[in-house]
Amino acid sequence: MSDATSAPRDVTVPQIFWEFLLIGATSFGGGVVAYLRSSLVGKRQWIDDKTFVEFLSIGQTLPGLNATNMAVLVGDRLRGTLGAIAAVTAICLPGALLMFAAGVAYGVHGDRPAVTAILHGVAAAATGLVFALTVQLGRKSLERAGDLVFVVATAAAVDLLHFKVPYVLLAVGAIAIWWHRPRSAPAQAGEP
Amino acid sequence: MNEIPALVRVFSYLSLLTIGGGMAAFPALKNEVVNIHQWLTEAALIHLYSVGQMAPGPNMMMVASIGEKVAGPLGSLVVVLAFFVPTALITFGVGRLWNKLEGWPWRDSIKKGLGPVSVGLVLAGSITLARGALFNWYAAAIAVAVFVILMRTSRINPAFLMLGGALIGAVAFGGMA
Repeated sequence: MSDATSAPRDVTVPQIFWEFLLIGATSFGGGVVAYLRSSLVGKRQWIDDKTFVEFLSIGQTLPGLNATNMAVLVGDRLRGTLGAIAAVTAICLPGALLMFAAGVAYGVHGDRPAVTAILHGVAAAATGLVFALTVQLGRKSLERAGDLVFVVATAAAVDLLHFKVPYVLLAVGAIAIWWHRPRSAPAQAGEP
Repeated sequence: MNEIPALVRVFSYLSLLTIGGGMAAFPALKNEVVNIHQWLTEAALIHLYSVGQMAPGPNMMMVASIGEKVAGPLGSLVVVLAFFVPTALITFGVGRLWNKLEGWPWRDSIKKGLGPVSVGLVLAGSITLARGALFNWYAAAIAVAVFVILMRTSRINPAFLMLGGALIGAVAFGGMA
């Protein structure tokens, strides 16, 4: 029931493209998910909040960035395959053009001492940012204290032991999924 | 020109490692781009990655700048496609399947199990970045300040903190050759 009501059929592909282009061009400072929510759930009301959260949990489990995964899922929900293509292309386009230009500029001016000094400062600030994002992600995705073991094991295997990431992913991932395996008690995993 | 196939291979591989976010792929990105293929120096990768944190949109659009450095506009296009198409296809497919898996008890287990692993991957990426970016006490102090500010308030746009880092960097590191 809720499924049918959450997809307005009158949204066109150009509308999808335009809205995601706007988000792709204005979401400065990361946190694209917050921009997506205020636009898609708030301003446009193309999907409801329940659907948004559900899509987000799918997107976080799968490989791919949250922003692009969300674009694919929302675009598909609104207008099928074409909608998904329009959404993901549009959200990437502004940032890609900007970073292409940044790459060109870096090639020309990157060696100047003043530029290097500025970029060292930006890099230091970015390091603080990614650690903050790591803590925020941890607060959201860790359920039990025991989960910290998997966090440390994964990070140590990649950073200290230099194992290849896919092997770490398969090995630690398999153990972690087993640790969270469905309990044999007939507790219903479905909806309440 | 002959770097194009390598770009496709490397970036579609990296694409599959971005579980939990772009940062999860950073250790492998550094290994491939700096150590194996030597497309960029470590400093250049860290600089472009950090600038990418200020750009709007999905936070790994900086891969476009790596493609540009290696093979110009075509390289840039190829890298962006290689990096985003594989995961977009996976999400598209699984998204359609996901609702059908509603009653499958392992669905929840996979989600809960991959949660801590993705946090670990993102943590590993952050540590890799820190090793390269925090080369003296000033840099470490900037990072700690940004971290503490972001932990205490969510009302400040991180892009402004990056700009603040740029200003401090211009002064603190300006004398270095």
